[in-house]
Amino acid sequence: MSAVDWPEEVYRTLKRAGITVVGYVPDAGHKRLIELCHADAGLRSVVLTTEEEGIGLAAGAWLGGQRSALLMQSSGVGNCINVLGMVQECRFPLVMLVTMRGEYGEFNPWQVPMGRATPQALEAMGVVVHTADSPAEVPGVLDAALRLAFNSYAAVAVLVSQRVIGIKSFQEQARQ
Amino acid sequence: MKATLHRRDVVKSLLADRGDLLVVTGLGSTAWDCTAAGDSDLTFPLWGAMGVASMTGLGLALAQPRRRVLVVTGDGELLMGLGTLATIAAQRPRNLAIAVIDNERYGETGMQATHTAHGVDLAGVAKACGFRAARVVQRAAALPAAARMLRAAAGPVLVQIKVVAEKLPLVLPPREGALLKARFRRALLGPGADAE
Repeated sequence: MSAVDWPEEVYRTLKRAGITVVGYVPDAGHKRLIELCHADAGLRSVVLTTEEEGIGLAAGAWLGGQRSALLMQSSGVGNCINVLGMVQECRFPLVMLVTMRGEYGEFNPWQVPMGRATPQALEAMGVVVHTADSPAEVPGVLDAALRLAFNSYAAVAVLVSQRVIGIKSFQEQARQ
Repeated sequence: MKATLHRRDVVKSLLADRGDLLVVTGLGSTAWDCTAAGDSDLTFPLWGAMGVASMTGLGLALAQPRRRVLVVTGDGELLMGLGTLATIAAQRPRNLAIAVIDNERYGETGMQATHTAHGVDLAGVAKACGFRAARVVQRAAALPAAARMLRAAAGPVLVQIKVVAEKLPLVLPPREGALLKARFRRALLGPGADAE
């Protein structure tokens, strides 16, 4: 599978799992997937002002009988920490698809601290962390995360490595 | 203008004859107020997660578009997630209403003044974000019309109700999160919810 295919496969994986609500704070790595979600009238795509809003969104959707997924960059994981306590206490199923920054060939030093802390921060709040290091891996890892979340009432994050996203400089990011 | 309304009376009137209304509360006093008005399986009270009561209401409203969803929260709780008003307005859920019980205080931590004590106008923020209607209620005479708006007007709507800053006896809902979730889903979705 080439690098350009994984967002399409991720979108299909979300649909197969019965996801009807997608909350997101944009990341360049999620650009194509966000476009696919918005183009689908069967998915409610909700742009958030901060990632913790997405935790409430997911909880409310599950209370109402619907499955959701959250898309964010690793910096947004830090914004979710306190409200993840609700997910753990209530055993809400939760799926976070997190594109990594500050992790592999990062060009912005300000991204590095949160990027490095992302897996530990999630685990500290009871979230199971899966990682996908290549484009081909992402859909399968996400599928496993969706099963774990909705069959076992778990909170699961899929960390998509910066190797998959492949941003290497400010200049390349600006051209996206 | 000095507040004259009492929060327990206000919330009781908002939830009177609630029928199949779905309710999400903020943490602290608004959870106690809703419990004092009568605990219900179709009330999901937050005991934490400050700032996301309104977003929990949005998720529920999107999942259940044919049911009315009322979020009952405090000024401090909503101030922590002011951006949620922008997010909700962008989605324009017709079935979502927010009641802000505004005592201008952080009620659980020593009654410190919140931003609304300094003039921050939450109804104005909601309106500027694009809520279909938003208003401030100061007096009992305006409450029935505001309650009707919260229950029936096309959403999203927000009513900010100024209440007396008072410490009241605690009336606590069940605390266990998993129980609160399960009872809500069972009441809303039927026994099949347990097997989902």
